[in-house]
Amino acid sequence: MEFIYYFGEVFTPISMLLLIGGTIGGLILGATPGLSPTMAVALLIPFTFHLTPVHGLILLGAAYTSTVAGGAVSAILLKIPGAPANIATTLDGHTMAQKGEGAKALQLSFISSLIGGVFGVLLLIFLTPVLAQWALAFGPSHLFWLAILGVTVIGSLESNSVVKGLLSGCIGMWLATIGFDDMLGVKRFVFHSSLGGGVNIIPALIGLFAIPQVITMFSKGRYDTSVEQIKVKKHPIGAAFKEVISRKMSLMIGTITGSIIGLIPGVGGQIAGLVAYDQSKKFSPEKAKFGTGHSEGVIAAESANNAMVGPSLVPLLTLSIPGSPTAAVLLGGLLIHGIFPGTDLFDNHPDVAWPFINSMLIGQILMCVFGIYIASFAARVAQVPQSVMAATVLGLALFGSYAVQQSMGDVYVMAVLGTMMYFLERFGFSAAPLVLGLILGPIAEANFVQGSMIAGATDGAFTYFFTGGLNIFLIAIAILSIGYSAWSELSTRKESA
Amino acid sequence: MKKLIAALAVSLMGLIGTAVAGDYPERPVLMMVSYGAGGATDFQARIVTMTAGNEDALGMPIAIINKPGAGGRVGWNWFATEAEKDGYTLAAYNIPHVVAQSIKGGVDYSTDSFEPIANWGADPAVFVVGKDSPMNSMADVVAFAKENPGKLTFSGAGLFVGHHIAALQIEKAAGVKMAYIPTKGGGAAAMKAVIAGDVMGGVNNLSDAFRAASAGNIKILGVADLERNEFLPDVPTMKEQGLDVDNASVNFRGVMVPKGTPQEVIDKLAATVPEMFKNARVAKRMKAGGSPMHIMTREEVQAMWAARQATLEELLKGL
Repeated sequence: MEFIYYFGEVFTPISMLLLIGGTIGGLILGATPGLSPTMAVALLIPFTFHLTPVHGLILLGAAYTSTVAGGAVSAILLKIPGAPANIATTLDGHTMAQKGEGAKALQLSFISSLIGGVFGVLLLIFLTPVLAQWALAFGPSHLFWLAILGVTVIGSLESNSVVKGLLSGCIGMWLATIGFDDMLGVKRFVFHSSLGGGVNIIPALIGLFAIPQVITMFSKGRYDTSVEQIKVKKHPIGAAFKEVISRKMSLMIGTITGSIIGLIPGVGGQIAGLVAYDQSKKFSPEKAKFGTGHSEGVIAAESANNAMVGPSLVPLLTLSIPGSPTAAVLLGGLLIHGIFPGTDLFDNHPDVAWPFINSMLIGQILMCVFGIYIASFAARVAQVPQSVMAATVLGLALFGSYAVQQSMGDVYVMAVLGTMMYFLERFGFSAAPLVLGLILGPIAEANFVQGSMIAGATDGAFTYFFTGGLNIFLIAIAILSIGYSAWSELSTRKESA
Repeated sequence: MKKLIAALAVSLMGLIGTAVAGDYPERPVLMMVSYGAGGATDFQARIVTMTAGNEDALGMPIAIINKPGAGGRVGWNWFATEAEKDGYTLAAYNIPHVVAQSIKGGVDYSTDSFEPIANWGADPAVFVVGKDSPMNSMADVVAFAKENPGKLTFSGAGLFVGHHIAALQIEKAAGVKMAYIPTKGGGAAAMKAVIAGDVMGGVNNLSDAFRAASAGNIKILGVADLERNEFLPDVPTMKEQGLDVDNASVNFRGVMVPKGTPQEVIDKLAATVPEMFKNARVAKRMKAGGSPMHIMTREEVQAMWAARQATLEELLKGL
């Protein structure tokens, strides 16, 4: 309970100012396509040069928490996930916004983020030593099976056809092989200089989600009368709280999945939202409603991606290993002040470590308050005429993909993938499984190659990949997950036939 | 009238002339780092350039841009082929990475594409094992590798980077074959593999290993450098332990410009930048972060680049 003694530091005027500033700034940065949490934190690092270590970290912690939640705003209103963490939020969130329920979707998303986020930070406070061991338990073979388990999620992202979903996933995995390969030192599919580093996930996300919409909107012409004016419904905050509480199952699945996955170095937040979405769909009595603007989808996805924030810092704070790109940036922020994460941090600098963690707790609450405050205004985005909207989204897409690393190459990648996705969508493919392939491909491949190299030098591939409790456990869940998807698709076919 | 025009023209030319050479820099300068935000190179680049705006330095701030990807190749390709050659775009270099990658091929640059300005840091590679490992010296490592050829697994951050060079040098010096496991995700992923026991040992950055060792997670068995390091005075070098490994794998970090940058600009930078690195605030921050500094002038860096080119061509032959 040591952390309680350090709450005082968070409530000093300067800390509160930084916390509020960091939260509002983070929400805005997070809501801007292309500015991922990692970038937002990196942008703030230079400011911390001039602050004391505690104040610097409070600013960074607040920004990290709120950018993750802010990503939901563009995912819901524009169908552009701000970061990989928000992909699952687009699935039901954007459909809700199109029905005029944007305010409700945003409220649900911020409340679920709050609950998931607080749970995650509490885990960080109370269970760090235990969790650190768990984070280390995942070796290359386990990460490989985890990625395969992730692939099985594709079945529930694509509601029309599992086969088309898997095909989209394959396209994504192929796209992920482009670039220089660090493991074998060879160039793959680099036909243009802008592909040397492979397909960057953020421009790809923007292109795949935003461009098909833009093309569709433009193709309707300026005086499109077929769409009626969307009525943006107001939604009382009390009702949103009630809704979240009544969806206990999704909230719980989201929070727990997010916390567990967030902990694993190298996989982290990118897939937490998607896996939680999949699980809560499988356990829900209202499966068919997922994808049609169902509140459970938003709740599961958003509680998961904020629950992962706290645990994702466990490997950094205990073992000094950054488990995610954002944690790597935070490590820089700590080192600049001469603070080494690890046991040293809690033993010799508790006056820095605890206020930082506490500020993330308070930051979650501030994030929720400000988020809900803007929700009802922000939801009016749905009323913007399509022609104006298309131009705005296109502008944001160009800006966002360029901003990632000031590279026109990324803009080309965004444009080409987006145009490709427009045609794929006409044939019934969808973007979410493709992106999942793009994320999981490199994880599966790198860990497979690495695992095979280790296996080759030790006990052989079969022993390495197929024995040991954790391997068998992960394989079993993967099989169950595929089996379940196949079974439910077959049974719905029978029903409709 | 003609005289007036001529006089105007001459004075204008004069103005332009001084604008190129004398007044540089007139606006903020960019510095490209070919690794992601938060990595060691990015972190150090931000510290050593933080006093650029001072009057005794450039008098203009330096802004960092990141172009990560493919172990640095993306950024350096961009720098060699697309960056403006006017002195307003600098880049951070990592030696031996630039040299090894250009020898291996498939990139648009070699050391001839760049003009070094000054070096700020030198991060040697070290050999590390988990805290519970039975191995306590490089002799133990070599003995195990001799008895079990190809079975000693050890991690490092990718291929054709400092860690890989150190691994090749250790294998060559000891006359053993070990299993080098490159990781994706840089030194942090390689370190995680050692701490978690996924591999038996690893090559890693001294600065990162120093932190992990002081947290009690690993043991550091040897430093791949010519001398012991100020951060680890008790850890012997490879040479002291009978392994003929020089400083070819030390990760030298510094500033360069593209070839074709005006000589006046290069001279101005070469004179100012090493002094800028010597700033006391910079030294304090670098020491606090556990990052060893090693300031070298343009001439010293040119000699170092040439020496690396020769060593690595020899070492990477036939790979």
